Amino acid sequence: MSITPSITSGGDGDTKRLMAAGSWTAANANLLEPLIDAAASKTAGEPSLLIDMAGVTQFDTYGACLLKRLQQARSARNEATGITALQGRFEELFSEVQETPPGAAAREQKAGSLRSAFEFLGRATIGFGHDLFALAEMLGLLCRSVVRVMANPRAFRLTSTTYHIDRVGWQAVPIIVLITFLIGCIIAQQGFFHFRKFGADAYVVDMVGILILREIGVLLVAIMVAGRSGSSYTAELGSMKMREEIDALRTMGLDPIDVLVLPRVLALVIALPILTFIGSMAALYGGGLVANLYGGMSPDIYIARLKEAISVTHFQVGMIKAPFMALVIGIVACAQGFQVKGSAESLGRQTTNAVVKSIFLVIVLDGLFAIFFASIDM
Amino acid sequence: MSEPIIHVRDLVVGFGDRVVLDHVSVDVMGGEIFGFVGGSGSGKSVLLRTIIGLLAVRGGSIEVLGTRLDTASGSERRAIERRWGILFQQGALFSSLTALQNVQFPMREYLHISPRLMDEMAAAKLEMVGIRAVDHNKFPAELSGGMTKRVALARALALDPELVFLDEPTSGLDPIAAGDFDELIRTLQKTLGLTVFMITHDLDSLYTVCDRIGVLADGRVVAVGGISTILASPHPWVQAYFRGRRATIVQSRIANRTS
Repeated sequence: MSITPSITSGGDGDTKRLMAAGSWTAANANLLEPLIDAAASKTAGEPSLLIDMAGVTQFDTYGACLLKRLQQARSARNEATGITALQGRFEELFSEVQETPPGAAAREQKAGSLRSAFEFLGRATIGFGHDLFALAEMLGLLCRSVVRVMANPRAFRLTSTTYHIDRVGWQAVPIIVLITFLIGCIIAQQGFFHFRKFGADAYVVDMVGILILREIGVLLVAIMVAGRSGSSYTAELGSMKMREEIDALRTMGLDPIDVLVLPRVLALVIALPILTFIGSMAALYGGGLVANLYGGMSPDIYIARLKEAISVTHFQVGMIKAPFMALVIGIVACAQGFQVKGSAESLGRQTTNAVVKSIFLVIVLDGLFAIFFASIDM
Repeated sequence: MSEPIIHVRDLVVGFGDRVVLDHVSVDVMGGEIFGFVGGSGSGKSVLLRTIIGLLAVRGGSIEVLGTRLDTASGSERRAIERRWGILFQQGALFSSLTALQNVQFPMREYLHISPRLMDEMAAAKLEMVGIRAVDHNKFPAELSGGMTKRVALARALALDPELVFLDEPTSGLDPIAAGDFDELIRTLQKTLGLTVFMITHDLDSLYTVCDRIGVLADGRVVAVGGISTILASPHPWVQAYFRGRRATIVQSRIANRTS
């Protein structure tokens, strides 16, 4: 059915004639385009040209657009082009296409690499400022919401909060226990392997105990919660934003911070210390198991050494950090969720942002706490 | 208007133990605008989605553009898919691409043409459906409902298909925009020689653009034909739909317009 398109010159009389034939359709557009461009350059200098379309059996918008391109290339040189013998419907189609404004599409110019690099840097800096502002705003809104709820405790959403505690706390227990247990094992194994060279086996327990209670336990759990629950907060709030559910809440006189953000952030603030405790215990258990199986240290000695090595202070240092990290994760996740725009791509981008930023901020916060605790001798 | 472009025979489709389409038969002729109407949940969308291959068939046959789709191989099916365009109810534009890129997407996949021609074609298609050049580089989120439908129609027409499926093309548009859209479908159908299979609720569309109408009720096609044939049908749903208060108002308005 499809015939290869062709343009041949068949001149008689004063005006040059081109005979067009074949199927001028989308499927043949790749063949037709070079023919059209060749015809446009070949007929340069001819003051008038007649294109005989009688041989064209199929003709669609692709054919029409290319024919228009030939006509335009010639009229740009002040040369006339006549088109004749377009069959029935094709005539209508061609005039429809002719009405569209010429060459509307201008490809976006790519800026020079140096310039675009600077532009990127500038945008990133401004974006960073906006992010800080958004975090501060979310923190402020949250504080206001807390005050409002304290003044009117009936406005507190207990059901929602317990639901979120179940999701981010209880349901996270298995994976948190597994990961912290393994990390505890690995730290103990590495300790025994390297400390043995100095005959310092006994101090492995000190290292495991202090490291896990002060730093690893809370940090690891916070990072996992940021990836697991922070991302889901952003995605939930973002898709609610996309589907105008948040606007709907507002128009019903409800504050989305009260209804959506406070229960979520509060759930995190409650769940993260609990998870930190469970995670630290699992890590200590893992360390003890490795001490027994790999280091040849009996459980009694491990526990006795642990009692000597660690104090309640170490435990407190770890646990004090947990709710603050939870607050950071919750605020970042919710703020990013509210920044989602209409598209699916933006939802994905904000979710990634939420995880990356909350992990970054958790580590920064941990560093600040380390300085703080060192200066108060804890 | 010679041989049927879509030829559906005794189609049975169901979910679980619920049968949605019960021995549905329908023919759509070449070059006509066929409107399909039915109550909410009557299975109109199911019929459309079954014909275009998104839902599984339990029984019966579907023939589109001369190919049995229910038994076609993967490559035969793809060859047919290239020859039809589909306008989804919500537009289904790719949200990460601009309007222009959305229209270029099928071209990029199926045609080996130069970027320049692709730009020209996409711009021409968008102009044909009435999207001005300033809006060509907008993202779907920045487009109004009517514009989204127009861009989606341009994408459906990107490869110059012979057959176009429209799923409720005028739903969610104001009456003026809906009227314009109907007119656009009519114009494009004439100039491009399209066959249009359209699902609609819009009485105006049924009266003004459709050549023939099919009515789906209780999982069966209860009436097929021109508007006068449909109006003569004794089926209670047809009577309620076309003789209801709103239908009478539309009828008198259209009668006024033509007289």
